[in-house]
Amino acid sequence: MKNPVIGVYVCHCGSNIGSVVNVPEVVEFAKGLPNVAVAREHKYMCSDPGQDVIKKDIKELGLNRVVVASCSPLMHEHTFRKACESAGLNPYYFQMANIREQVSWVTTDKVRATEKAKVVLVGAVNRVVEHDPLFVKSVPVTPATLVIGGGVAGIEAALQVAASHTQVHLVEKEPSLGGHMARFDKTFPTLDCAACILTPKMVQANTNPFIKVHAYSEVIEVSGYVGNFTVKIRHKASYVNNDKCTGCGVCITKCPERGIPAEFESGLGNRPVYVAPDAPQHGKKPKDTFGKRPAIYTPFAQAVPNKPVIDRDNCRYYTTGKCRVCEKMCEPGAIDFDQKDWIEEIQVGNIIVATGMKTFDPTPMKNLGYGRIPDVYTGLEFERICHSSGPTEGQILTWKKESPKAIAIVHCVGSRDDKHHRHCSRVCCMYSLKYAHLIKEKLHNCEVYEFYIDMRCFGKGYEEFYSRLLQEDVRFVRGRVAEVSDWGIYPEEKGRLVVRVEDTLAAQVRRIPVDMVILSTALEPAENADHLKHTLHMSCSSDLFYLERHPKLAPVSTATDGIYIAGACQGPKDIPDSVAQAGAAAAQAIGMIKRGVVEIEPTTAHIEESMCTGCQICIPLCPYTAIRRNEEKRIAYIEGALCKGCGTCVGACPSGAAQQWGFDDRQIYREIEGVLAAK
Amino acid sequence: MNTYTYYPGCSMSATGKAYAESLETVAKVLDIRLAELDDWNCCGATAYFSVRETLSHAISARNLALAEAQGPGRDVVAACSACYLGLNKTNKYLKEFPELRKRVDSALDAGGLKYDGSLEVRHILEVVVKDVGLEKVAALTTRKLEGLKVASYAGCQMVRPYGFDDSECPVLLDNLVRAVGATPVPFAMAARCCGGSQMMTNEDAALRMTKNILLCAQDAGADVIITTCPLCQMNLDAFQAKVNHAFGTSFNIPILFFTQLLGLAFQVKPLGIERGVAKPGPALARFIS
Repeated sequence: MKNPVIGVYVCHCGSNIGSVVNVPEVVEFAKGLPNVAVAREHKYMCSDPGQDVIKKDIKELGLNRVVVASCSPLMHEHTFRKACESAGLNPYYFQMANIREQVSWVTTDKVRATEKAKVVLVGAVNRVVEHDPLFVKSVPVTPATLVIGGGVAGIEAALQVAASHTQVHLVEKEPSLGGHMARFDKTFPTLDCAACILTPKMVQANTNPFIKVHAYSEVIEVSGYVGNFTVKIRHKASYVNNDKCTGCGVCITKCPERGIPAEFESGLGNRPVYVAPDAPQHGKKPKDTFGKRPAIYTPFAQAVPNKPVIDRDNCRYYTTGKCRVCEKMCEPGAIDFDQKDWIEEIQVGNIIVATGMKTFDPTPMKNLGYGRIPDVYTGLEFERICHSSGPTEGQILTWKKESPKAIAIVHCVGSRDDKHHRHCSRVCCMYSLKYAHLIKEKLHNCEVYEFYIDMRCFGKGYEEFYSRLLQEDVRFVRGRVAEVSDWGIYPEEKGRLVVRVEDTLAAQVRRIPVDMVILSTALEPAENADHLKHTLHMSCSSDLFYLERHPKLAPVSTATDGIYIAGACQGPKDIPDSVAQAGAAAAQAIGMIKRGVVEIEPTTAHIEESMCTGCQICIPLCPYTAIRRNEEKRIAYIEGALCKGCGTCVGACPSGAAQQWGFDDRQIYREIEGVLAAK
Repeated sequence: MNTYTYYPGCSMSATGKAYAESLETVAKVLDIRLAELDDWNCCGATAYFSVRETLSHAISARNLALAEAQGPGRDVVAACSACYLGLNKTNKYLKEFPELRKRVDSALDAGGLKYDGSLEVRHILEVVVKDVGLEKVAALTTRKLEGLKVASYAGCQMVRPYGFDDSECPVLLDNLVRAVGATPVPFAMAARCCGGSQMMTNEDAALRMTKNILLCAQDAGADVIITTCPLCQMNLDAFQAKVNHAFGTSFNIPILFFTQLLGLAFQVKPLGIERGVAKPGPALARFIS
């Protein structure tokens, strides 16, 4: 190895470092360190003139090592490595000393800050001597994209990627695309018909030659690495041969089992049917089909793909061994009771996760009566009551099928609540306003009360919508609802529901009689979000939504390269934001496919074969499943492209066989020695 | 036979005498032994905690120290909801707040006592429902209270904040009512405050609260209200006439302790039912013989 010739550059970072650390003193100190050929200061090392100083010195003074003392490597390591590279030096002969985040920003005493900056610098100068040249590897990218979740975000992401004429696999666990948005009546604040704007996109996705829709399917296994993922998809047996099925729907109308609460109608089908006390008792009980579906069904009329599925748990043939009515009725002979789940394996380069959300179940909040008082509904249930294709055909009716005279809308149910979710669910204020408007539109004389903590109308046109509702004779009461009771004290309360609330603007406790209560429930991650998190090795934030790489600057990336998140799986989100994120995720995927290759950081771990004892401690510890066992040699090996260089295996390996490029013992010990020896 | 350290509290020998009598009778049938704490003192009572906090905890802790010495490892059982809350609160606070613990320890030390915090404080209802069990209660029932409509009034202190039952919609009493063959009625006021000791200091407010509980039970068609607390029983029963006078109502709803209801189903005596002010109507009277 040539003798090290080191250049040291100390940055003022404007006044960020310079106002606390005595930079000229650090520079003078650096000049006296072994192997240091030159030491300089600069107001902004990251600026072009700052970088030019480095480049010039490399060329003129023959530097073969560079140390910059400035900010965190997260900020500018890449910048300086590029500068070294452009001057002909291997970029990994560079080392950064962080004297901003770790010194000037956290140390007020100027003398001590300067001493600490020197200590950190000696560590870096010592370490860089031991650096080896490393080389970035490139691997080709499979030009296909997997989108998980067929709601509005997933559909949008799939369409955007497909617009680049590359293959997309769109996986949806339900029998139809559409997600939550397909259940909505209108969207806020523009009051567009949700189905009218969504169903064209569903059809586009299903007919696009570059999109393969895998409905009624789930991702069960993902292996590989950025650009080269292998994905296993489980296609759930629908007991209908989709190649033969014409979607005529005869099976659905003829199915004798009609009492299964429909998932699509939210919880409406779970309520017992109301029987008037004076109803005649003779004869057969009328069939209860409110919010129910047959055993063979499509979730809704505009389902895409329009192929029914058989719900095995509730199908009479599977539960009693007799029936097969659908089979007899199906003219093309599409019913196939012997169908089994089957697994498909696909190769993709990118994965976009758009698994969306579910709504909070308010049953545990006993004071609000959900599940106990039939006229207490969740927002999603009311969405179906309002919807012209819902069980009431859009008529707003109470459980007793009467027209309500007053309706209460309770905000923040499960949100902003230490007992349940601390987060604000963002969309509830707006959909609550939408409900108020829809109620007023359908029932002019119905009193509508909004019980809110704060009104959060954050989006474009949202505040204007709120102002409009203030003019529509809606009663806004600021206060958290204490109780919804089905027992009234006063004559005007008898037979109705009573909302008890502290009106914090009027400073009094109020009892407000109503006929229907809508709970604006919190948004939570989707049911299987946690399972998928493990399948894809993603992380979650404390609210259990998927964690983005950076909350501001990388909101659709994850810690795993090649895996992106879009829509409400990342956090509560309305439709415009979900669609925007889907587009952003699609752009990332297209960008990588267009590039054709991905660069793999060389600072990964590797196994020194001669030292590995084959104990396998490292294998389960690896968070990226990058470590495998070589059965022949009985030792571990690391799939370089999967390794993220986290160092877990290096720390855990009892024999020191796991080592990391750029972080080997020699380098780390030299750095520590430098830090300890200084002073 | 399970043995518990029994903390009666002041009400049980005065306004809650019927509770004490019926509990003693029923405990024999249920095969539980309640060993009364020797030399017990006031539980600290709910009102005192907000007046002189440390002192009230010290008073309460004295009972726990005695219980630990007299029956190591035995659960401390209270029948009065206020006693249950007070003792439980001290027991938990001593574990949670070391500063308080230090002061209380020094107070106990002055009296030659010491409490290690090894005991659990429980309400007698929890013991009946969870330790004895509903199946055994049903099996011991010799006369099912069929057709008797019961409003189960858990009150506020037993279920909050250390409740072993749901604090908004308690269910354990209802389950017990079903076990003896009676019918629980929907009772929206099951976990609301009866007015408590406000009846002595702010009667207007307390009467209104008591009235609402009685009204709710009447609306639900209840023949009887059962309680787990001597103070609730007193407010609902002894002040019923005053409620009627103040609000122009005409309530006549008997208020029984849940132990009295069990006694009727087990057909044992004495139960102290005659001590009640509001007299049983025909629906209840047919089980009293």
